[in-house]
Amino acid sequence: MAVHAIGNYHFAPRDHAGIYGDHQIVYFCWDRHLLFAAPFILFVPGEMSLGEFLEERIKPMLAPDPDAGVLEWAEARWSNGPVAFTPDFNASLTANGIGHKGKIIMSTPGLNSLIPDS
Amino acid sequence: MDMPVKKPKLGIKERYAFLTRDLGWEPTYQPKDKIYPYTRYEGIKIHDWDKWEDPFRLTMDAYWKYQAEKERKFYAIIDAHAQNNGHLNITDARYLTALKLFLQAISPGEYAAHKGFARIGREFEGVGTQVACQMQSLDEIRHAQTQIHAISNYNKYYNGFHAFAQQRDRIWYTSVPRSFFDDAMSGGPFEFITAIGFAFEYVLTNLLFVPFMSGAAYNGDMATVTFGFSAQSDEARHMTLGLECIKFMLEQDPDNLPIVQKWLDKWFWRGLRILTLVGAMMDYMLPKRVMSWKEAWQIYGVENGGALFRDLARYGVRVPKGWDIANESADHVSHQLMLGLYQWSFGTSFHAWIPSDEDMDWLSAKYPDTFDRYYRPRWDHIRKLAEAGTPYQNVGLAQLCNVCQLPAVFTEPGDPTRHSHRQTEHEGEIYHFCSDGCRDIFLDEPEKYVQSWLPMPQLFNAPNFGDVGKWMEWVGLVPGQDNGDYQGSQDQADFEAWKHQASAT
Repeated sequence: MAVHAIGNYHFAPRDHAGIYGDHQIVYFCWDRHLLFAAPFILFVPGEMSLGEFLEERIKPMLAPDPDAGVLEWAEARWSNGPVAFTPDFNASLTANGIGHKGKIIMSTPGLNSLIPDS
Repeated sequence: MDMPVKKPKLGIKERYAFLTRDLGWEPTYQPKDKIYPYTRYEGIKIHDWDKWEDPFRLTMDAYWKYQAEKERKFYAIIDAHAQNNGHLNITDARYLTALKLFLQAISPGEYAAHKGFARIGREFEGVGTQVACQMQSLDEIRHAQTQIHAISNYNKYYNGFHAFAQQRDRIWYTSVPRSFFDDAMSGGPFEFITAIGFAFEYVLTNLLFVPFMSGAAYNGDMATVTFGFSAQSDEARHMTLGLECIKFMLEQDPDNLPIVQKWLDKWFWRGLRILTLVGAMMDYMLPKRVMSWKEAWQIYGVENGGALFRDLARYGVRVPKGWDIANESADHVSHQLMLGLYQWSFGTSFHAWIPSDEDMDWLSAKYPDTFDRYYRPRWDHIRKLAEAGTPYQNVGLAQLCNVCQLPAVFTEPGDPTRHSHRQTEHEGEIYHFCSDGCRDIFLDEPEKYVQSWLPMPQLFNAPNFGDVGKWMEWVGLVPGQDNGDYQGSQDQADFEAWKHQASAT
């Protein structure tokens, strides 16, 4: 136990997977698109397909960005937190390795209208 | 027959001895470590509590006398302010966003500090330390009370103030200062005094106090200015208590140094993050600005803080980890947060607005290296959306940092074009952070931070299950009144109507 405590200090995390049942928290960030001040937090069933997640839930949120109109999911690069992955848009989030509190980071090099290159 | 002899009055030294140091005693039938069970578990070693030097040597009767004088003066002034509709003297009602943020984010922290100092006033062993902590506890509840009283008059006329007490526990941005104090209060007494007494009330105090009080003065808020003057001499005592405790710990045993340094690193970082709220306030919320966040950081952080750490170097203390990142971030964080507060203003109990051309010219001048390059394009685009009738609201809600609990608006050190992503896995669960500074705090004591009650993930839990309307009711936010853009708000309409009436003849 790393924490200094006057007794045993071990409790269930406040937002662990068990609390949310078949749903999970998923984070999403469009790299270099800082009009969105922070990565999004979403609450979705783990069995939702990645394609449906992106089309139905993410796309509307990205609409205010000037690059949204030319965004193609298949042309983007994807990572799960720090680890790159190849998306299967037909498979579920969990099948794509996106578990509870997973963070999808989508990168579209060359597309960054509001943000300078560096 | 003896002549009655008048007993001589106590000299100052004797009086001080009787009313403070002599209140302590050596226990005879209980072991000391049973009476003071919490002074060892943090690893801090104290060999001689009497070596603690009381910087102010204040006795309780003197304390009550001075404080009562301050109270009489304070309440006379705010009564006059209220009776004379002093609220009409503010520059304009946009200023109230800063005041609402203060009431919601800072005043509850004063109350938390009061509880914390009361606790350590009991837990510390040395009488001098106990008395000083008890006085600070009284100071802090007085600050909470005087702030609430000063600001209460505005609550009669303007929105957003009314639910500050329940918002402290429930709304999202207030969890930043709430978790700061909960973190300190759940630590031991030595960590608490280092965190609050030293890091917050000494190193970083001017970065909170001066911006808000000067902001009040520049914008015609006599009530808050009066609070500031009333609290100022208390703050001087707090600063010296914090500094004395650091020196005391470092002088008592060299083994204390690594523990104290670790706490300095942690609490400097947590304090820096909380001050992001102040940065956004200084740069965006004051109709009449005092100075930029960057300028304030340069004076009170870099120069004053730098001098302090040079002074402490003789104990082996170094500048806190994250010092360089803090300096770099001063050019960015106010903009990053304000853009967030604007796009989430449907969920804030204060108004936001798009900066005007004059505002943006000021920001360009104060931030010549960063504003036009990184932030003006976003504000311009947001303005375009508003003018097109589709004002920008980000219903994506925000990832929060598991430690500082701010929305993760911060960018990668050295690259302001990319969000800073940090995460770790602990016992099968993922945790996200805004920075190395916050992640390191988690990694040092993960059992503590897995307990973080983060308002955004918890929105999807009981009692609101993701229903934003229900959530608004639960946090005491009245939609269409407390939230949203200042332009078109009731606060704006009322203030302008009343000012017009005041000068109608």
